[in-house]
Amino acid sequence: MPGSLTTDIAGGRGAPPSTPGFGDGDSGGRGASRRASFTGLLVLLAASIMMFAAFTSAFFVRRGLSDDWVSTPMPRVLWLNTSVLLVSSAVIEMARRVLRSGHRVAFNRLWTAGTILGALFLCGQYLAWRELNAQGFYLATNPSSSFFFLLTCVHAIHLLGGITALGYVDVQALRLRLGPGKRTAVDVSAAFWHFLDAVWIFLMLLFVFWG
Amino acid sequence: MSSSIVHAAHQAPTGFIRRYIFSLDHKVIGIQYYFLALFSVFLGMGLSVLMRYHMVYPDAKVSWFEKLWPTGAAGGIMTPELYLSLMTMHGTIMVFFVLTTAPQSGFGNYFLPIQIGAEDMAFPVLNMLSFWTTFLALCVMVAAFFVPGGAPLAGWTVYPPLSAVGPLAGPGEGLGQSLWIISIAIFSGASLMGAINFIATTIDLRAKGMTMMRLPLTCWAWLVTAILGLLGFAVLLAAGILLLLDRMAETSFFIPAGLVVSDQILNHKGGSPLLWQHLFWFFGHPEVYIAILPGMGVASQLLSTFARKPVFGYRAMVYAILSIGFLGFFVWGHHMFMSGMSPYSAMAFATLTMAIGVPSAIKTFNWIGTLWGGRIRFTSAMMFAMGFVSLFVTGGISGIFLGQPALDLYFHDTYFVVGHFHMIMGVAAIFGMFAGTFYWFPKVTGRLMNETLGKIHFYLTFIGVYCIFTPMHWLGIAGNPRRYADFTNFDFMGKLMPVHTFMTWAAIITASAQLIFLFNLFWSMKKGAVATDNPWDATTLEWGIPSPPPFDNFAGHHPVVNHGPYEYGVPGGAKDYLMQSDPP
Repeated sequence: MPGSLTTDIAGGRGAPPSTPGFGDGDSGGRGASRRASFTGLLVLLAASIMMFAAFTSAFFVRRGLSDDWVSTPMPRVLWLNTSVLLVSSAVIEMARRVLRSGHRVAFNRLWTAGTILGALFLCGQYLAWRELNAQGFYLATNPSSSFFFLLTCVHAIHLLGGITALGYVDVQALRLRLGPGKRTAVDVSAAFWHFLDAVWIFLMLLFVFWG
Repeated sequence: MSSSIVHAAHQAPTGFIRRYIFSLDHKVIGIQYYFLALFSVFLGMGLSVLMRYHMVYPDAKVSWFEKLWPTGAAGGIMTPELYLSLMTMHGTIMVFFVLTTAPQSGFGNYFLPIQIGAEDMAFPVLNMLSFWTTFLALCVMVAAFFVPGGAPLAGWTVYPPLSAVGPLAGPGEGLGQSLWIISIAIFSGASLMGAINFIATTIDLRAKGMTMMRLPLTCWAWLVTAILGLLGFAVLLAAGILLLLDRMAETSFFIPAGLVVSDQILNHKGGSPLLWQHLFWFFGHPEVYIAILPGMGVASQLLSTFARKPVFGYRAMVYAILSIGFLGFFVWGHHMFMSGMSPYSAMAFATLTMAIGVPSAIKTFNWIGTLWGGRIRFTSAMMFAMGFVSLFVTGGISGIFLGQPALDLYFHDTYFVVGHFHMIMGVAAIFGMFAGTFYWFPKVTGRLMNETLGKIHFYLTFIGVYCIFTPMHWLGIAGNPRRYADFTNFDFMGKLMPVHTFMTWAAIITASAQLIFLFNLFWSMKKGAVATDNPWDATTLEWGIPSPPPFDNFAGHHPVVNHGPYEYGVPGGAKDYLMQSDPP
């Protein structure tokens, strides 16, 4: 029986039975646990997509409602942030691939770099918020800025979760505890990280064309 | 069970806190959810009795009202605002903490892993967190009673602007309303965690041979309910965040320009209350199915078991559940026919709403088909399952009326709607829970509930709820408005008041009858007749293990499934059924 949240996803369910998978309806063992982790991730992503879809639909409804919509200027640092996040995702993906071919040292370096880039993105977002505040745009200034702050904040909260997952894997890797059972954690957190990339690109498009 | 595989059994935790409080065992978590819902249902029912009492005797002075609500019931007489706050809390507690909690998180947590042959849920820690988050949400919700201004009064649908403009709008619209939104946001998070667990468990942890088309219908219902919860609560969470920002951060998502409240012009501009209605009902309509689908699963399971016949049209039942779940996301507009919606949109929503009648009718006919020619065993569990079918039909038929825009314009703000949703979403779902309780009690405790008390409770409740809610339809047709605290000042209501009096006394008697159930539940835990492992001669996997089940459900074995879930009435053997794990 797992003892903590991280072991649910990262560690799998105790000792695996010494039987190969059964095909449909095989319960127990690491195979099932790994599949369940991916299913859990997909389900989580579905919920997250629904939430952003709800905000986006509110965005367009509110935008079409009245004449108080004043476009929010895009802070320049956002473009830098975007590239930092994309690079971070690419680095994480490279790390995942070198781990598959057994290069643990390279994995540790790349994964750590990807995690740090993710944290840098968050700092960059903070700078963007400060820049907008300096120009007089706050959460309640007008609906456009309301949605800008809201969506970037919700994305940042998701990102904090992502960084926690990446950081957990990183600590395990640096402490040489990244056994085969934790490969699921590597794959799941990387997939979540790429998802946050996609959401961010979507948000950028939203702000650039309609914000 | 020669083909099953023996594992080293997991160790059960020994400390009290790990075992009963912060337990990771899905069975303990299921029981925790059940008791949370049991507490909530009695709280919600108590509020409804107070409301019914006030409606009929608005001038009666009740001294303990004043003790409970010194401002809301000064002098022992309830103010209309207090009435509205009781209504809001009744609806909220019942919908979220009873109808969403017990059938899915309670029964589902306990029996989904056992019925599919798994040792536990896929993510036990997430499961534990999900329960304690729900508990936190309930605490925050109940706290709204005790803050200055008291509980909110915007109804369980919390329509802005009333819910968005703050204490200016009335007592309870200050901190009480904020706590409401925060509680529901926390609850949404808990529901999302639960949904992740239910879906991953059903898809990935089924035992060998447990194909999707061998799943008991209860598991199908829990799976589809989890999907609805996943998609619905994510949207409710988003909407709640927007509403909270309107209240606390001066944004204008939902508050229109130039709004005058209590002779003050508000600063907000340009928002739309209708936006909230769309977001809310996109969650709100699937929520109705979240409440009723698990009950449908339980009814199918029980009707088949106690009629000793396979479920009539198993595949049709599965596809009906799936299509009800799917269509449920396209009909939210039928809650908003009154909002000035374009008649073309209204027609689309009405047509889709009618379309849900088809899978619902398939289910109903298949239930009747299951009973047809069966050798019915009239246990209390079976009576409640048949009561569920009756209430589902009654409540569903009035839904067909309300799905018509032209009729809804008349009925919308009347008691017809109150009667409709209480029948189908309230008492039908609760009958599903009663049925489940009587059916699974011997598995959970190893003892049977008392049948005599069960039948007395059934008849009082069944007749009672019809006495309470059937007249509401008639009152609605007569034009009786809903959400009013007091009808005594309206001339046209004079002739209807005796009906209200009748309903109030029916409510008081029916509510009292629930004490029989409560007594039966606790008494039977200690003194009930000892049950065998399979007292109902049922087929699904939970009946093949000891009662109560061991810590990891199958004591180290992995069951292998060779049969469908409802193989009853099998000729030629010593017993008339095949367990799912029986040899082929």
